[in-house]
This record gives sequence, structure tokens and C-alpha cells, in this order.
Amino acid sequence: MSELVPEPRPKPAVPMKPVSINSNLLGYIGIDTIIEQMRKKTMKTGFDFNIMVVGQSGLGKSTLVNTLFKSQVSRKASSWNREEKIPKTVEIKAIGHVIEEGGVKMKLTVIDTPGFGDQINNENCWEPIEKYINEQYEKFLKEEVNIARKKRIPDTRVHCCLYFISPTGHSLRPLDLEFMKHLSKVVNIIPVIAKADTMTLEEKSEFKQRVRKELEVNGIEFYPQKEFDEDLEDKTENDKIRQESMPFAVVGSDREYQVNGKRVLGRKTPWGIIEVENLNHCEFALLRDFVIRTHLQDLKEVTHNIHYETYRAKRLNDNGGLPPVSVDTEESHDSNP
Amino acid sequence: MAVAVGRPSNEDLRNLSLSGHVGFDSLPDQLVNKSTSQGFCFNILCVGETGIGKSTLMDTLFNTKFESDPATHNEPGVRLKARSYELQESNVRLKLTIVDTVGFGDQINKDDSCKPIVEYIDAQFEAYLQEELKIKRSLFNYHDTRIHACLYFIAPTGHSLKSLDLVTMKKLDSKVNIIPIIAKADTIAKNELHKFKSKIMSELVSNGVQIYQFPTDEETVAEINATMSVHLPFAVVGSTEEVKIGNKMAKARQYPWGVVQVENENHCDFVKLREMLIRVNMEDLREQTHTRHYELYRRCKLEEMGFKDTDPDSKPFSLQETYEAKRNEFLGELQKKEEEMRQMFVMRVKEKEAELKEAEKELHEKFDLLKRTHQEEKKKVEDKKKELEEEVNNFQKKKTAAQLLQSQAQQSGAQQTKKDKDKKNASFT
Repeated sequence: MSELVPEPRPKPAVPMKPVSINSNLLGYIGIDTIIEQMRKKTMKTGFDFNIMVVGQSGLGKSTLVNTLFKSQVSRKASSWNREEKIPKTVEIKAIGHVIEEGGVKMKLTVIDTPGFGDQINNENCWEPIEKYINEQYEKFLKEEVNIARKKRIPDTRVHCCLYFISPTGHSLRPLDLEFMKHLSKVVNIIPVIAKADTMTLEEKSEFKQRVRKELEVNGIEFYPQKEFDEDLEDKTENDKIRQESMPFAVVGSDREYQVNGKRVLGRKTPWGIIEVENLNHCEFALLRDFVIRTHLQDLKEVTHNIHYETYRAKRLNDNGGLPPVSVDTEESHDSNP
Repeated sequence: MAVAVGRPSNEDLRNLSLSGHVGFDSLPDQLVNKSTSQGFCFNILCVGETGIGKSTLMDTLFNTKFESDPATHNEPGVRLKARSYELQESNVRLKLTIVDTVGFGDQINKDDSCKPIVEYIDAQFEAYLQEELKIKRSLFNYHDTRIHACLYFIAPTGHSLKSLDLVTMKKLDSKVNIIPIIAKADTIAKNELHKFKSKIMSELVSNGVQIYQFPTDEETVAEINATMSVHLPFAVVGSTEEVKIGNKMAKARQYPWGVVQVENENHCDFVKLREMLIRVNMEDLREQTHTRHYELYRRCKLEEMGFKDTDPDSKPFSLQETYEAKRNEFLGELQKKEEEMRQMFVMRVKEKEAELKEAEKELHEKFDLLKRTHQEEKKKVEDKKKELEEEVNNFQKKKTAAQLLQSQAQQSGAQQTKKDKDKKNASFT
């Protein structure tokens, strides 16, 4: 592309190797205040986060999202009237919320996919989802490529996709494998074992091992992807998560019960109360910490720097430019590296 | 497959209240941690006459000695010298680049003084734009060389701005954040300083020069920025030498009539400059450069590219179509070049072949000639040999004949004498 724009004027000789003069600082300058400055700025502008939940009906997706963000983010599908028509296709419903905590404002968008895996013939039911994800990338790309562009491009790209695995106790279903195979290349997938209170501890660990093995055998890279570990510290931390904790076996609930004098979120059963935030009972707390408290920014960055860039490069290469998005973009999916 | 998509519009956004601690208030920290590990870039451009104290001020600001020799006054034109340094304070790594204008204001004819500066700034924007337009790009670890702040050093004449200053600042104000400062402020007395400052500010305003405005939209910094803005342009004194004042060592300049302390706010505005430049607004300077100046450059550049193509429709070209058109043009050119090269190659090969054939023919001819000559010579030699042999033969014959004759002659002579003897003998008896 450089042949097409006039040659950039030759830069004056800049010694590209910076001279490191660490030791000569004779006093405090104040460079480290940039951290505070940055923090203030980001708090003012707020954050966007888009999370998608995929799984068959009844696996507890809406409940889990409500538990994660401690508010009534999604309306549960169980409130549906059974006589209502079951959706014939996979729908994509995106609902936005604004939540604030500790001065930090977050615009959270939860993207629900009712109808996934519910039909008798579920062939290609991941296609609408893949299309939606690519459409968001396309929107962002269009904004970015504009001549006069906005100060802050609205980010509707899917940062994280929670995939709910049914707790059969055996192995992954073909539908699960197909979905994850196709989508792990375009979005960060975090597999989650739903309704984990149906398994005992041994069943749980066996199931997790089997799932992990199957994912590895099928070459499915879920988040955090091995190839994006930046340094040794990240690698060891992520390795531990990848090989021991994931996929997280979760239980969701938005009802509170009294346990040992405290009010906790839980599920009441005749044989006891399952505490959602108790690490002995289920791994919800791990999932929450992982997604929100430690890796939220990283999820966004991997989406922006890797998935979006891959999409952009493909787009610019394939069609030699950026013609308007056609409805039929299926050919471009298969050539995804 | 029909897909129903619900797009969140602003009216659909519900404000939710949280019933417990979720934990995303650690988001700014997560963001900051990522940036810290990558390091920050900050690039300062110092514009001012030779000897006005640019290098000294940089040394003073960053508390260190950047090695550089003072420039001479004989530079034929303005050139920019950029130096990069890596500084570290606690866990923050800063890649600092200081760009100096060498030879500014020294020439007799200063018409072209601002050109190299504008070109340098544009070149940095261009490099970033190129990276952004690439198909396979890596923006997140791109070493940002765009100028974030331009410190314009005003000579302390005490009267007003020089015309060179006005012209240069006017050219630069839409490309970079300009912070004007009065250099060598210890040469101006306090009352004169106040007049000088207001004169400068009014001149800047009346000439429409847009200097960098310290942001006042956020409560925490609004107050300090507002109070500091009143003192613009900052009158600074730089010094790396330390003088004992009281019982402490402080950076100062020692004169026979007293000591000018750099960090004393009554003596000069150095502390204010440092606060504003580094401790309060560094991030804002970087952001302004990216969102305002760079975007403006990009817009102009792309419009330039876009309007170059002529189109029968009068619709304004959008970037996408330009992209495609340029790319096709580029591919076409590439193909043409390839064809050309191929033709040239074929032609060359043919030429070479012809040459070689010629040479071969020549060689053959030579060979034939040589062969013939050789044959002729051989024949001659053979003839001569035959002749020689004949001669030899003749000679031999003659020799034998002569010998025979001789021997005959001898024999007959001997016979004759014998006969004579016999006769004599016979006569005796």
C-alpha cells in the first residue's frame, strides 16, 4: 500500500535503540503519575462490555448472567408461556444495561441466543451467531475506516462468549464440538458446565477432564488461548486455569437464603442449601473473578487486537477493498485461517 | 435463516442497580496494568533559537543529563535531531523522545525555518497512518513517534513576540499541542515579566494562534489547570548545577548578585511547567494528539487520496471505494511491471543468444582456417621432405658411383704398376 501514497519524507536520523539511562535519575520527576491520569480518564469515559451466552434452553443461562452481575439483567425464559411459539430459528437478542460500581461506569450488553440447539434438525445453527459476530466486526471496521470518524467508536463487538455445556457426565455433544470449532476462531469462548449441582465431586472432575481432553483432541482453543500468552507470568497463570479449573462448573441463583447467620445466594433443596459463592460447592466464584475481576480487560484486548484484526485483514485481502456487507458471506468463513 | 437482532439503542439502556459487589471496579486497574507492562511513549518537540536553553531545560525537567553537544550557529538550515531515551520510575517505563530544532533562527533568511519542523511532524503522522492502513498491522505494540507536546521557547526580549515566532506557531498550532514558554526568565525583572506575558498572550489571541488548553472538564484537575492557565506562558529557568541554599542542595544559577532557584515558585515558573506537562496532563496531551491532531491529519490526507480519482458520478468517494480502486490500480501496475520485466528479460536473453551464436560462428571459422593452414603447411613439409630424400638418394648414388670409380681406378693403377714392373722384370731377363 505504501506505493500508493507519496513517499513519507525521510525521517531525521533517530537512533532507534533507546538509550536506557535508568540510573541517572537524580530526583523524582513524576512520570508515574501517568497511571493516575490514565485511570481518571478511563473512569470518566466508562467501559463497554458485550457478553454472549449460548446454550440450549433450560441450562440456566439467564440465571447465571443475573448472578454474575448481581442484578436482573435478563428476563428468564421460564416466564414464557408454553403455548407461545417456540422460535423456529436461532434468534439473537442484545439488551444493553448501564451499571455503575465504585465510580466505574460499565455499559453491559448481554446477547442471548434463544433457539440454539432446540430444533430437531440443528444443522448450521451456529451460523446466525457467527454472522452476528462478524456483523459487529464489520460495523466497527466501517466506522474505523471513515474519513471523519467519531472520537470513540461504539464497541458492539462480542468480547466473550459463554458456552453452556449440558452436564450429562459423559462427554461433549457433537453440537457442542461443532459450535466451538467454528466459533473459537472468531470470538473468545469460555466453556461453562451448567447446572453443576447435578454432579458429585468425582463425577465433576472426571467430566471436566474428559471435556478438556476432547476439546484438545479437536483442536479447540478456548479463552485464554495458549498462543496469546504474552510472558512467562501470564503463561503460568493461564496454564493453571486452563488445565485445572476450566471449564468452570457453575451453579447460578438469584435467591438469597440464610446460612450460618449470613445471607447468601443459593439453591434450596431438601438435602441442603447449595451456596453459589462457596468454592466447595461450585466454581461460580472462580468464573466471576476470572471474567470480571482479572481478565475483563484482557478479553476486550484479545477481541480487539486479535480477532478483530484477523477479520479486518481477511476483509481487506479478500475483496480488495471494502464493498458493502453482502448477506451471503459464507464463502469468507471457510477461508478463515 | 432469518435472524432477528435486537439492537440496543440509547433509550433501551436501563440503569440497573447492583445488589452486591460485582467487582468490575477493578477495570481501570486492569487497563492500567496492561498499559504499564507495555510502557508509555511521550515525545516532546523543542522549538527555539540556538542557545536559548532547550537542552538545559530538558535536563532539568527530567532530572538527568541527556548527552548532547551544544550546536553551533552556522547551520545552513533548520534540521531536527531526535533522541530516544528510556526512563523508569517505580514500575512505570517511559519511552521519551526529545526532538530538537537545530539551527532555528540562525539563518539570515528565515523563510524556510518552519518547513522542516512541519515536515517532521507530518512524517510521524504519516508513519502512524501507514501502520493503521496496513492490512496486517500491529497497532498495540507500535512505537508511537508522534509529537505529543511542543515547547515553544520565546526569547526574553521583554517587548513582544518576534515575527518568526508568530509565523511558526501559526503553522504548528493545528498539528501539535503548543505550550509557549519564556526561556532564560532570569533576565527579566518581575514587573517587566508580567507585562511581557500579557503582551504575548494578547498577541497570540489576536493572531489566532491556538495554544494547548489545559483541560478543565474533570473536577479533580479543573481547579489546578485553571489556576495554572493564568500564568501562561510559563517563564522558566533551567539549571543542572546545584547550589547550596540554607542547608540543602538545590538546582540553581549563581550570580554575583544572588542565586536564582529553579524550583522556587517566586523565582520562576519551572515547577508549574513540570506540574502541567508531566504530573497532571501528560495523558491528556497524548490523547489530544491522537484524537484531534492526528484525526485532522488523517482526514485531510484521506480526502486528498480520495479526491484524486476522477469519477463520472459526482458522488463523493468513500474510503472503501478508494481502497478498492487504489488496490486494483496497484495490482494493474504490478502486473504491467511484471510484464515489462518479463519482456525485457526475454529480449536480453535473445540478444545474448545472438551474441553467443556469432561468437560460435567466428570460432568455427577460425578453426577451419587454422585447420586448412595446418594442412597446407603439412603438405609443404612433406614435399620438402620428399625432395630432401631424393637429393639424399641422388647423393648416395653419386657417392657410391664415385667410390666405385675410385676403387676401379686404384685397381687399374695397381694393375698398371704391376704390369710395368713385370715388364721391367721381363726386360731384365
